[in-house]
Amino acid sequence: MSGAGPRENVFATRMALTNTKLRLKGAETGHSLLAKKRDALTTRFRAILRKVDEAKRKMGRVMQLASFSMAEVTYTTGDISYIVQEQAKLATFRVKAKQENVSGVLLPGFDVDRVPGSDFNLTGLGRGGQQVLRAKEVYAKALETLVELASLQTAFTILDEVIRATNRRVNAIEHIIIPRLDNTIKYIISELDEMDREEFFRLKKVQGKKKRDAGKAERQAITEEEGLLERLDVQQEPTVDLLSTKDEDVIF
Amino acid sequence: MASTTAFKDRNLIAVIGDEDSITGLLLAGIGHINEHQRKNFLVVDSKTQISAIEAVFQEFTQRKDIAIILINQHIAEKIRPTVDRYQEAFPTLLEIPSKDHPYDPSKDSVLKRVQKLFGE
Repeated sequence: MSGAGPRENVFATRMALTNTKLRLKGAETGHSLLAKKRDALTTRFRAILRKVDEAKRKMGRVMQLASFSMAEVTYTTGDISYIVQEQAKLATFRVKAKQENVSGVLLPGFDVDRVPGSDFNLTGLGRGGQQVLRAKEVYAKALETLVELASLQTAFTILDEVIRATNRRVNAIEHIIIPRLDNTIKYIISELDEMDREEFFRLKKVQGKKKRDAGKAERQAITEEEGLLERLDVQQEPTVDLLSTKDEDVIF
Repeated sequence: MASTTAFKDRNLIAVIGDEDSITGLLLAGIGHINEHQRKNFLVVDSKTQISAIEAVFQEFTQRKDIAIILINQHIAEKIRPTVDRYQEAFPTLLEIPSKDHPYDPSKDSVLKRVQKLFGE
């Protein structure tokens, strides 16, 4: 009830209470925001998952096609693997990174970046040049699919990581930080109440003492007054009727 | 999230595969030999040592200019523990089918994770 669970180490003051209440409010806002972020990311994640699955299947078909065209090349031209491997010097088929922002998470993706340049010009010069060119195009297409898949997969990996981190944060706030702040607030309130009661009691005591003192003083004053009056009575001369007494004539 | 930084300069595609896959992909123009005479592709045949494949795989994953690593699935199968241990976002690891080995989605390390996530 009154801060039985873990709580923060604070002094029970009104200021600490205000601060803790503010922090609790902040934690609740943060929790709801993070939960929203998690939901947005999860939606995105599921969409990407579906796409990854689709793209993987598509890749299977595309690569099969590519292999087939390679087989055609081998059939018409003969083995070109050696010459191709030897001539590879600079990549003309590159990728470019791009970024996409999904609720604060930067998702990288890749774009195909083809440098127009014709390598392997001499390949298949003797025969099968057509097939070589076709194979080249087919493989380029296949690579585009692969690049797309790679960006999806990267997004998948990063989103997975981010979602886990967000989940951890949401759970930490929900199950640790908010209960702790709650406990702290309850603790501070109970302490303040306790202090209030003590203060009230003390004040009552002081008041009682003051009243008692005042009563005593009053009584003393009364008795003193009475004593004074008595004394005054005692001291008072017996009144003499001035009319009835006759003064002696004063003769000058 | 250190993995998201410094991926702007990654722009190469690396391949580990059998001869046919490599030839086709090189035809498309991904072949690159850098200033240290390091290739970005490795031809694997029946005589290639598994340790050699692993060494090249490690090299590719540690290079800073590679964005995507393509690896034939039957070769990935040979170094499966290493592949499964690889969880980084960059470079992206992609298992591709080869001519003689059709694609099996149940072996893919990413799809395995997908399935684990959905509990299927």
